[in-house]
Amino acid sequence: MNLQSTDFELFGLPTQFAQAPSLLQERWKALQAQAHPDNFAAQGSAAQRLAMQWSVRINEAYQRLKNPLQRAAYLCELHGAPIQAHSNTAMAPEFLMQQIEWREALDEAATEPALDALAASVDLAQSTLLARCAELLDTQGDYAAAVPVVRSLLFIDKFRHDLDARFDALR
Amino acid sequence: MALLQISEPGQSPDPHTRRIAIGIDLGTTHSLVAAVRNGVAECLPDGNGQVLLPSAVRYIDAQRRQIGQDALAQQSADPANTIVSVKRLMGRGLADVVDAQHLPYTLIDAPGMVKVHTVAGEKSPVEVSAEILATLRFRAEDSFDDDIFGAVITVPAYFDDAQRQATKDAAQLAGLQVLRLINEPTAAAIAYGLDNASEGVYAVYDLGGGTFDISILRLSAGVFEVLATGGDSALGGDDYDRALADAMLAGSGLHATSLQDQALLLAAARACKQSLSESESASFSVALAAGQIAQMLTRTEFEAITAALTARTMQAVRKVLRDARLQTADVAGIVLVGGSTRMPQIRHAVGDFFGQAPLTNLNPDEVVALGAAIQANQLAGNNLAGSLLLLDVVPLSLGIETMGGLVERIVPRNQTIPTAMAQDFTTYQDGQTALALHVVQGERDLVADCRSLARFTLRGIPPMVAGAARIRVTFTVDADGLLQVRAREQNSGVEAHIDVKPSYGLSDDQIATMLQDSFSTAQGDMRERALREARLDAQRLVLAIRSAMQADADLLAPAELAVIEAAILVLQASAQGEDPATIEADSKTLAQATEAFAAQRMNRGIAKALSGRNIATL
Repeated sequence: MNLQSTDFELFGLPTQFAQAPSLLQERWKALQAQAHPDNFAAQGSAAQRLAMQWSVRINEAYQRLKNPLQRAAYLCELHGAPIQAHSNTAMAPEFLMQQIEWREALDEAATEPALDALAASVDLAQSTLLARCAELLDTQGDYAAAVPVVRSLLFIDKFRHDLDARFDALR
Repeated sequence: MALLQISEPGQSPDPHTRRIAIGIDLGTTHSLVAAVRNGVAECLPDGNGQVLLPSAVRYIDAQRRQIGQDALAQQSADPANTIVSVKRLMGRGLADVVDAQHLPYTLIDAPGMVKVHTVAGEKSPVEVSAEILATLRFRAEDSFDDDIFGAVITVPAYFDDAQRQATKDAAQLAGLQVLRLINEPTAAAIAYGLDNASEGVYAVYDLGGGTFDISILRLSAGVFEVLATGGDSALGGDDYDRALADAMLAGSGLHATSLQDQALLLAAARACKQSLSESESASFSVALAAGQIAQMLTRTEFEAITAALTARTMQAVRKVLRDARLQTADVAGIVLVGGSTRMPQIRHAVGDFFGQAPLTNLNPDEVVALGAAIQANQLAGNNLAGSLLLLDVVPLSLGIETMGGLVERIVPRNQTIPTAMAQDFTTYQDGQTALALHVVQGERDLVADCRSLARFTLRGIPPMVAGAARIRVTFTVDADGLLQVRAREQNSGVEAHIDVKPSYGLSDDQIATMLQDSFSTAQGDMRERALREARLDAQRLVLAIRSAMQADADLLAPAELAVIEAAILVLQASAQGEDPATIEADSKTLAQATEAFAAQRMNRGIAKALSGRNIATL
């Protein structure tokens, strides 16, 4: 076990997409209970610096593991199929069409019920794609095939963020 | 002043020696100090039995000053030299100060942070706060008749990096070692969590004198996790006073132009407000230069005058719940903090919104200081059996300026700390050899709407075509929420970094000079104090290392052990001597000699944490 171990190794979990949130959280707390700099407040700066490195690493791993989208992207990368979200933006035409429709619906939605309806269809698309991710990653082990699915999920995530901003603006 | 108690080096090396650690609630209106005594957290009273120290400092002349109640008593007579609500000014420029024209004292624009004009000269808010902190430190030293090991100081959850750093600087000026800054609502949760052993999601509604914070926390099995924080750093009980004062003045047709009149008006409004929390009606009376105002006021009338303020707090409550993606039904309880939550209208508004009565069984004025004291006791190593672990979050997003004055967020709001997050950037011109970095904090997309924290430049990038350089910018936030930024060009390895200090930029040298000038050391001998501290630090270090060696002796190779033992002997010898610099140097050598050992112990601790869990879940 060292700072270069993978997130999964660090958390003592199998290297797979399916993870139980409660177990993740339990491991996170157990690790932080060991490594948090507060435990070393009375032991000098060297110990605290070291604790800080571990604590940072544990938080980084936890953030990545608890978010299904980031977890999927991380798994692809670990298996030699990087997502390259910035350099590769090629998307399936039907997915782009749906994005355009959603954008138009977002521009036109003027009431909370209208936004709620849009949010419901976005959430449905998201959970469908996440299920597809789980199938590709854990059952078929086809990481290259999971990459475009993860990229689609990144788009949806961004859209969901914009949608939340509209909710805020309305209230 | 407490008697100096110096433990002789080598004497009673008991690793469980109790260290006095205090919790301080450095508030806008008043401040408190608390400590754990006989296992119970309690607020420490002054010689007159008063627990609340008004956060007021009056400068009488260049040498003399009054602090607390004495200062407040003179506020009406000498408003221009009586500094109240100084917390609003911490880490703030003149442009940031809301209602500067309403303040009874004169602000001076200074780079980074305002100063206050007084008879004793220009005073930085850091210096004024240090007076309050030192007063509390002396109170604690008198209570225990002992030196203070360190302090946990609370800050509003909304405080940005500059405000947190200013608070730390003030503590240093007051001669306090800061064990940790923690958010006020988190401290309140600590007080309630341990005292009541409650688990679940809690909302902490903290309406103090000058700040409003709303936080959503999850408490479970000794872990306090902040899910979301929000609020308004310029809204508090003072605003209720002002709204009432303005309304009564408008109704009277009189004018209050002098500083003294304004101070009298605010004092009358505060007294009236406090009476209305107890009874249905109260009198508002004040004698201004232009004439007398004397009027009966009902609670309903007061509530109508201030309804907009209460509504603003409830708006922030809604927003923070949405941030945490929670419904009111998910909240198991609501903790009220701050004297202003004694107002019945607040209790009703909160109770109606959440559909349950808020928790009020601890004194809302004391709850934050009590929580800080519990945390301080833990950090000082007094509660070895305890499993209290505080996981906090970044209160406001941190990022850097990119092309077109836009903010690229690097650490999003509500990220658990400590944390390090990085992003890659590149050059936008051919042959560009330097990159200017502007670090900002805030939720808005435009740099102009965010707070500027620091600027620095990465130089020496080898000339390349635009877009070829790979510059990784890493933000590191420590457990106190303080930021360090590092930029590194990946191909060439050139690097620059900055510890984000607020731009008012008190350097360590300046702080040292101020320390020498300050009250905290004026009475004592600087050298004696430094020697005493160096000896104590050396003793603590040796104790910590000895107990580590006992616990994990098998991790040490004989050669390593010999080096450490030798360094301990050297340090113990120099600690008998009279030179603080030598003791510090030898302490540093010892600490360095044990670094590899410490790393191995940490790895073992992590592995142990995991194997324990694995067995439990198999």
